[in-house]
Amino acid sequence: MAKTKIATAWLAGCAGCHMSFLDIDEAIIELANLVEITTSPITDLKEFSPVDVGIVEGAVANTDNEEALKKLRANCKILMAWGDCACFGGIVTMRNLFPKEEVLRRGFVETESTLKGSVPSSEEIPKLLEQVRPVNQVVKVDCYVPGCPPSSKAIHYALSELLQGRIPVLPSEMMRFD
Amino acid sequence: MTRKIVIEPVSRIEGHGKVTIHLDDEGNVAEARFHVTEFRGFEKFCEGRLFWEMPVITSRICGICPVSHHLASAKAGDALLGVEIPPTAKMLRQLMHMAQIVQSHSLHFFYLASPDLLFGMDAEPAKRNIMALIAEKPEIAKKGVGLRKFGQEILETLGDKKVHPNAAIPGGMNKALSPDEREKILQQVDGVIAAVQFALDLIKDYYAQHTGEAASFASFASGYLGLIDDEGNLELYDGKLRLRDDNGVILEDKVDPKDYLSIIEEMVEDWTYLKFPYYKKRGYPRGIYRVGPLGRLNIADGITTPLANEEFKNFKQLGDNGMVQGSLYYHYARMIEALYAAEKIKSLLEDDLICSTEIRVTSTKLNEEAIGVVEAPRGTLFHHYWIDPSGMIRKVNLIVATGHNNAAMNRSVYEVAKGFIKDGKLTEGMLNRVEAAIRCYDPCLSCSTHALGQMPLVIQLVSAKGEVIGEIRAN
Repeated sequence: MAKTKIATAWLAGCAGCHMSFLDIDEAIIELANLVEITTSPITDLKEFSPVDVGIVEGAVANTDNEEALKKLRANCKILMAWGDCACFGGIVTMRNLFPKEEVLRRGFVETESTLKGSVPSSEEIPKLLEQVRPVNQVVKVDCYVPGCPPSSKAIHYALSELLQGRIPVLPSEMMRFD
Repeated sequence: MTRKIVIEPVSRIEGHGKVTIHLDDEGNVAEARFHVTEFRGFEKFCEGRLFWEMPVITSRICGICPVSHHLASAKAGDALLGVEIPPTAKMLRQLMHMAQIVQSHSLHFFYLASPDLLFGMDAEPAKRNIMALIAEKPEIAKKGVGLRKFGQEILETLGDKKVHPNAAIPGGMNKALSPDEREKILQQVDGVIAAVQFALDLIKDYYAQHTGEAASFASFASGYLGLIDDEGNLELYDGKLRLRDDNGVILEDKVDPKDYLSIIEEMVEDWTYLKFPYYKKRGYPRGIYRVGPLGRLNIADGITTPLANEEFKNFKQLGDNGMVQGSLYYHYARMIEALYAAEKIKSLLEDDLICSTEIRVTSTKLNEEAIGVVEAPRGTLFHHYWIDPSGMIRKVNLIVATGHNNAAMNRSVYEVAKGFIKDGKLTEGMLNRVEAAIRCYDPCLSCSTHALGQMPLVIQLVSAKGEVIGEIRAN
């Protein structure tokens, strides 16, 4: 049987959801027989290609995030959002309480250890969006696994359901929001 | 005609980034830049929060080493309250910290770096990852899985979750360790020590088979910074700052971390969201230094646990005056620290005091400003808070581990690119070596990008006028 192809993306977030995925521990060995992980922060494949399942962690905070998310959506049949940042915006949306210019100024000009700072503006780096948004405000999302991060149990359950051809609906004990 | 090579995204590092390599008219490397492409803004958006929320807010800076931020933040909170936490609380925090060192260092070695070392840097890209390791060398992969699981389960025991555990609070800890929990961890420790020693053997085998590359790969002189204990030994939770130069001369010693602004300054480059800290008295770029496992072993005089100290002595033989400068030796230093952490977990748990329920103190005092510092897996981490009389955060300054290594990572890319790019010719293996140079530092770009952050690989050829005349992608 052909392996199910999965690509994962990490947008604005902490990588904790990917870590929680690795916390499925020995189950990853069994999973390696069933799925092929293509483009992902844990592999060296850099460009998205068509896959069965796309997984996204993190919110959409800059132009690179937006582009990566749209490419992933265009290349996957089912898009699954992992974690509070992707599902609802999470802690990174706390930036929305301040004008983006003030946030950048604090980071690169005002901080006490910074000498003669200025806000980086080269074309080499992406621009911050005015507002940080959850994934479903940019593209269509097919299923959600909330939590900060979702437990490895919830992630494993969601993947197992998908591999059996079902859109996962998490049992209530796996629905956590902290 | 100047050309530029862009590598985007840089993968198997914990974050978002890209590399550009600028070539001169002859097609040789003129300059290399490692761009961190994301920024989130914690230093601003924490303003207005209450200081006791900070250990759980700032742990979200990084899902790989959340405990570092959790503890640095709780330590800053202790200082705001003006309290010394009870001995058991300190032991439990150290237990958390050591558990994180084991899991984070093992994650890096087995899941991210070992494909380069075990399959070779010229292996096909589709093969250089943990899934391939599981398929081809399952016994090695299982050791890595087991080590990570051990560390993460300790965190879950103490803080209810493996990622973003919630256990430390200003004034101590929120939960004691039960005798059963203690016993369960203790039973696994000897197996963990053996698994770390297995990893150390793998690394030493690699060096033995690649003697030239091991010593020369991204090797260059720099300063080294980290915490030490009162006797000059490796210290990760508490301690004083020491800075050594490339010859081993001590430039700063026993500096109280709260005086960090007297020795460290940061500068900003327009092409990256990650700032460049440096040693203030030497200026930039002369004052660049490295942190993390290599930096810590270069500044330390010894390690307080016996097995790790034996390895430490071997490590010190690798460089003149005991100063080991090759970036590939980060891997060795990292697993020596993992061995220290495993031994330390054992000694902490063998002390009955660890199960005491006196784990927090309260205070009616509130200082206006405080600094909390720990050695995170990747290097020295500073949290600096200012609050108003109600305990509300007025200002935050953070200097994260990977930030200190920013200049060194740029320098490493330059050194490696210089060796592998001649007359403008490139190979995929070269591209991976450039990434591997960055990967030595195990950069945690989620931490670095507290301020923004992400890491890609593309090579662009750019003329002296700045026009893009070609692009190569490592797909």
